[in-house]
Amino acid sequence: MKHIVKILSLVVAITALWIGLLQSSVIPRSHTWLLPVYFVVSLGCYGLLMVGVGLMNFPTCPQEALLLQEDIVEAKEYLKQRGVDVSSS
Amino acid sequence: MLEIKKIREIRTRPRSQQLQLLASIGFVLLQPVIVIHVPRPPPSLLPFLPLHPANLTSHHQSTTIRSLAASPATSLSCFIASASSIQIGTAAAWIVSIGGVGLRYRMDGQNKNQENKYSIIVPTYNERLNIGLIVYLIFKHLKDVDFEVIVVDDGSPDGTQDTVIQLQKVYGEDRILLRPRPKKLGLGTAYIHGMKHASGNFVVIMDADLSHHPKYLPRFISKQMETRADIVTGTRYVKGGGVHGWNLMRKLTSRGANVLAQTFLWPGVSDLTGSFRLYRKSVLEDIISSCVSKGYVFQMEMIVRASRKGYHIEEVPITFVDRVFGSSKLGGSEIVEYLKGLAYLLVTT
Repeated sequence: MKHIVKILSLVVAITALWIGLLQSSVIPRSHTWLLPVYFVVSLGCYGLLMVGVGLMNFPTCPQEALLLQEDIVEAKEYLKQRGVDVSSS
Repeated sequence: MLEIKKIREIRTRPRSQQLQLLASIGFVLLQPVIVIHVPRPPPSLLPFLPLHPANLTSHHQSTTIRSLAASPATSLSCFIASASSIQIGTAAAWIVSIGGVGLRYRMDGQNKNQENKYSIIVPTYNERLNIGLIVYLIFKHLKDVDFEVIVVDDGSPDGTQDTVIQLQKVYGEDRILLRPRPKKLGLGTAYIHGMKHASGNFVVIMDADLSHHPKYLPRFISKQMETRADIVTGTRYVKGGGVHGWNLMRKLTSRGANVLAQTFLWPGVSDLTGSFRLYRKSVLEDIISSCVSKGYVFQMEMIVRASRKGYHIEEVPITFVDRVFGSSKLGGSEIVEYLKGLAYLLVTT
């Protein structure tokens, strides 16, 4: 099944739920009309929250840059001895 | 077919879900046992045993049935019973597939260490310095592994191919293959070109600019052997992985792009645009034939298509040291390109 079909069926289910709520008047009419707006806004807020959380916990590795420099030096030594051209020009 | 492959995933599901599955099987299986051995259960337990005949033999039969239907406990237990029967069917199919997989595991020898050969495809363009360093590090970290390095050079003007020829004299022409192309023809075609000359049964793709460190290659290989995965992808965004050399703006766009992609595509991997991956050769051939995008959207498309086709994908944390970021700007056009790629993937996969 294609992914878009899954997403559309989810949207249809939520829309059906919304129409059901509209018709059964469990919640006052004015609030029910605004439910999709609330839903989209809360989805947006959740997305922003995840971005913020991810940004705070973004894994960094400054020590890897140093290790890489050491590896580069070691590699250049080895290759220079074996006749491979490793000059920077 | 897709359902069977998804059921196979249950084996790798976390312990809590496996226990839940077993508990629901147990619940449904216990019902006939209870019926046989406990002909008159206490009235408080009756709503939880919807299949028990004692539920229906009360002297207020008609009202009992109506109240049975109305009482939430009964409807809940009926729901649990039907959900459990679905899970029983799934569990039965799972057991059958486990048997099938076990048979396959015994029959093919793909997991023996001596029989796997890894073809490492490195597309290069103007990497005269880095290609030597990469080759040295690969040979240093993969000492007991049968592998070959395939350098697909797109007509670099800075003499990359001469450096590769010198490296071939040091390491041997059977370990380093130089397969150049006349000009820059794109990453996807570079992989296809490399695969034509690959003699291994596994293919590793990596970047030549030392942002992908070959010291993670043994971890990729052992992860694949442990889990018998079809694809092992390196992820920069989990604990144990990481990025160095990115400023705040770059991290923000990367994180925002990741959240968007996770919300809309549900890809099953944490790093969509990474290009440090180990593929089974047959799997790579299958996916590449159905991918049409360019650039990093191509990497996204590959992993999303693999996920949709049900291939077993595992992840290994890697560190990414970006030494060239300063030279490329992440402007508005890149963002537009990303959104277009996301929309394309949403609709066509």
